[in-house]
Amino acid sequence: MTTTTATVRPGDPAPQVQPADGSLSTTELAAVRADFPLLERTVRGGQPLVYLDSAATSQKPQVVLDTEVDFYEQRNAAVHRGAHQLAEEATEAFEQARAAVAAFVGADEGEIVWQPGATAAINVVAYAFSNASLGRGGEAAERFRLAAGDEIVVTEAEHHANLVPWQELCARTGATLRWIPVADDGRLDLSGLDEIVTERTKVLAFGHVSNVTGAVAPVAALVAAARRVGALTVLDACQSVPNMPVDFHELGVDFAAFSGHKMLGPTGVGALYGRRELLEAMPPTLTGGSMVEVVTMESTTYAPPPQRFEAGTQMVAQAVGMGCAAQYLGELGMAGVARHETELAAEMLKIAEIPGVRVIGPLDTANRLAVVSFVVDGVHAHDVGQVLDDKGIAVRVGHHCAQPLHRRFGVAATARASASVYTTVEEVVAFREALAGVRAFFGAE
Amino acid sequence: MSTLEQMYQQVILDHAKRPVGRGLVDLASAEGHRAGESHQVNPTCGDEVTLRVDVTPEGTVAGVSWEGQGCSISQASVSVMTSLVEGAPLAEVARLDGLFHDLMSSRGKGLGDDDAEDSLGDATAFTGVSQYPARIKCALLGWAALKDSLARSGALATS
Repeated sequence: MTTTTATVRPGDPAPQVQPADGSLSTTELAAVRADFPLLERTVRGGQPLVYLDSAATSQKPQVVLDTEVDFYEQRNAAVHRGAHQLAEEATEAFEQARAAVAAFVGADEGEIVWQPGATAAINVVAYAFSNASLGRGGEAAERFRLAAGDEIVVTEAEHHANLVPWQELCARTGATLRWIPVADDGRLDLSGLDEIVTERTKVLAFGHVSNVTGAVAPVAALVAAARRVGALTVLDACQSVPNMPVDFHELGVDFAAFSGHKMLGPTGVGALYGRRELLEAMPPTLTGGSMVEVVTMESTTYAPPPQRFEAGTQMVAQAVGMGCAAQYLGELGMAGVARHETELAAEMLKIAEIPGVRVIGPLDTANRLAVVSFVVDGVHAHDVGQVLDDKGIAVRVGHHCAQPLHRRFGVAATARASASVYTTVEEVVAFREALAGVRAFFGAE
Repeated sequence: MSTLEQMYQQVILDHAKRPVGRGLVDLASAEGHRAGESHQVNPTCGDEVTLRVDVTPEGTVAGVSWEGQGCSISQASVSVMTSLVEGAPLAEVARLDGLFHDLMSSRGKGLGDDDAEDSLGDATAFTGVSQYPARIKCALLGWAALKDSLARSGALATS
């Protein structure tokens, strides 16, 4: 691994990266890859690593690693307290990172709440509804109150993180869970939307991009349906934010969740986006230090957002790293990143031509990202993954935390290849070639 | 032989294709027999097995039947286990279970004990699997189902 002097600060332009108007050129892609030390390592007996599991977690550029180390080496202190210089610098780095993430996703600074991850972020919203339903939050929290007869709508394509919290919220409040089905091509079936999203709907929660099919949800149509009935929208943006331009204000969603580690940032950090007026009206979930105004032995008043939802000591170094990752991607240009990944999706989808391979999800590249799940006739996904791994190709196998979607397609498990900004066409070709040999290895006819 | 070929030994591929004991048999058992059933799931990959065991009054495994779906390692392992334990006394089943767990912890080295490996028979073919930490649980799924179904049958308490 190269050692770089740790002088990168949040706010600095990310080095070594050319802004790209079109897709990434070969030279630009080579420069991007050189930023990721892990991509240089070999696996399984000295073979080059072909990392096609970025939808699970992405690799990290050196600048993100350096930024995190630099924070610990030079600025480490508790934020938002302490009268010393280090505390000032730590707070500044923490808040600049928030600003960088906010700018990257089309939000105002006060609309980004640090969370340990996207799962935590979605749970913050679900538990806010829960607490409001118990009477917390006063009059302001009225629109977060649920009772029997109310409905929460999700989709059949959801990651468990955007399904289970809503099931649990229904169980706690008496509300009913409904869902938008998935069509045979892996896209949402909106034909019955008006019967599903009704005056009873209080929440419409959906994934921006499926982590299984790669399909991009029709956000405008869903937001319009929710607005017609006054329901709040919650967007799981984990797969979209790292791979395509995302602007929450433009999308018009009320809440969104995304994680740092899938967008070239550290683990242990993610963000909740909430429209300012909603965050202001929302009761807290985690309570304790740092999120309060006045505490007496009898009661407590709470800080305004975002601090209201950031109880306890925060993951400052990771947040600073996530800010750096947002800046890195921003400098690269997400339109170019998306075009690059569309090319990769097209290359990946050619696996559908291999005899015995069936893709679960759209076969065209319109409104879909380079996340391709598939099954191989006569060979279990786990065995497929093992044979690919033997050639240094890393894919994910299993249900990808989306059991209902797998059930919808009558399979228990799939293998999944997914790309990030650093993925090359050559890697996808190596994957296709290895996949073509899998059935022969197992003697499948 | 590559590590991949060490893992997918021909005997494993054969058992995966033509499994022994697959297809659940009714639990209505003969006079004095004890029977139990267990359903085991590997939540990370969705592999599952439902296994039924029938134990004679003398404490011998009279029969094992199962249904399952999953990777070749998990399905072949249940199959190999079935042929190994049918007709075996419960004490021997417990010994084999211990040996197989030891084998799975051996990181590809095997048990280093020819007698022990002989008693595991075809199950020693899973030695290569123990080099892959993520796959060990696949090989152990059926053994967990057997242990649990024996416990549920009540046969362990009386033997």
